[in-house]
Amino acid sequence: MADPAILAERAKKNGGGEAGAGEGSSSFAERMAPLGVAGDAFARVGGGVADAATAVAGGIVGRVGRRIGQVLSADLDDRDPDYIRENLPLSWLAATLWYRAEVRNMGNVPERGAVLLVGNHTGGNMSPEVIVLPLAFSTYFGVERPFYQLAHNLVLASPLGPFLRRYGAMPASHEHAREALRSGAAVLVFPGGDWEVHRPSWEGNRVDFAGRTGFVKLALSENVEIVPVVTIGGQETALFLSRGAWLAKLTRADRLLRLKVIPISLALPWILNVGDLLGHLPLPAKITIEVLPPIDPHERFGHEPDPDEVYEHVIGVMQEALDGLAAERRFPVIG
Amino acid sequence: MRLNESTIVSASPKLIWDYIADPGNALHYMSGVTRWEVVSERRSGLGARYRMLIQVGSAEVGGLIEVVEFSPERDMAWSSVTGVDQRGRWRLRGVGGSRTRVEFRFAYGVAGAGITGYISELVAAPSLRRHLRRSLQLLKRQVEHERLRRDAAARQATPEATTA
Repeated sequence: MADPAILAERAKKNGGGEAGAGEGSSSFAERMAPLGVAGDAFARVGGGVADAATAVAGGIVGRVGRRIGQVLSADLDDRDPDYIRENLPLSWLAATLWYRAEVRNMGNVPERGAVLLVGNHTGGNMSPEVIVLPLAFSTYFGVERPFYQLAHNLVLASPLGPFLRRYGAMPASHEHAREALRSGAAVLVFPGGDWEVHRPSWEGNRVDFAGRTGFVKLALSENVEIVPVVTIGGQETALFLSRGAWLAKLTRADRLLRLKVIPISLALPWILNVGDLLGHLPLPAKITIEVLPPIDPHERFGHEPDPDEVYEHVIGVMQEALDGLAAERRFPVIG
Repeated sequence: MRLNESTIVSASPKLIWDYIADPGNALHYMSGVTRWEVVSERRSGLGARYRMLIQVGSAEVGGLIEVVEFSPERDMAWSSVTGVDQRGRWRLRGVGGSRTRVEFRFAYGVAGAGITGYISELVAAPSLRRHLRRSLQLLKRQVEHERLRRDAAARQATPEATTA
């Protein structure tokens, strides 16, 4: 994974830091020289401005590089069981009073050892299952059982990042997931990620992993069971209108920030919420989470399973469970 | 936060004690409890350990508990080893005429949780109090039913006593 020092070095090479600033000023002055005396004076002033601007830009790039390095790094020790325990009441209050959350069949998670929990992602950047599921896991198995959640880099770069890390959130990567599983921990992934979490509200009852089979390959390589977890209600915490994939392409956020979407929704307190980068006040929709029986890919699909086949099976059982939960719901938000 | 509920059961302390001291009965009368699993070699008595969970609001809360007081036909108390802090106590006192006052005490909280801990204790209290009351009702019903069953069995065993 990206080392902070390497990233800082790369940032320096790309124009960050003092060296980059010096190079920028000389080339600007040289370009202005043919303009004569006035041009010389202008070139000196312009060179100074360019100097300062490049220094500032270089500093920012350097800082961003270091910040990205910190964000992309992961340490299993960042998870703090005592901190989680002390904050259980806060999560419990949010889950109980705001979301009236109900978690079913937590006992389907194997009692001990490494396991990969695979969930559908809901509710935009204020995803309710991110609060409810770790709470249910921690109260059921105890905060002593290691439990990690893979999260988007931007989420961990936000002001909530340090708080989430102490809860066990890690930057989403195969390397981090593998490290956690090999340590014997339970790991929660949302393969649909930003694509699924920002889907329109009218697609709320659809599991959409966008064909991402990475979690299957991870489970196969680490030989762990997959425990599907299905959530309903999150897409009713705001009126999600569009993923805004076109906006992500237009602004090149898909390449620069790994953002495939820039969602557009109607949400409190912004009314029209574009990007959801500052989050929103979620409506108190009833959240129901069902933990499904574990799937052992090797046991079910033989010695060398086809990842696509396993993927289709997992999606199938999750969709079936989600349809069942949707049939129980009578009204949006109320549940 | 400490909750305390009590009731009068028409049975001897011994009969009630025999019922509550058997961990196999826990799920039959402890309302809201979804798990009461023996995790120590000792099934019952001082030092016995159980993994228990109780549904409170959105979560099944509990953890590992250990019996820290075991005074037959009088007191049984437990304390949490892991999980949310809790202490529970069954207190039996005979009130004469083969009747027993049964008290169920339950104290809970999360040390270090601050103001949110205090608020959550207050919010959880009504639901937990209902569980305590319901547990006492269930215990009373089951034990009194058991007493009637035993009395009937005794009468059948000695028919001359009933006809006389």
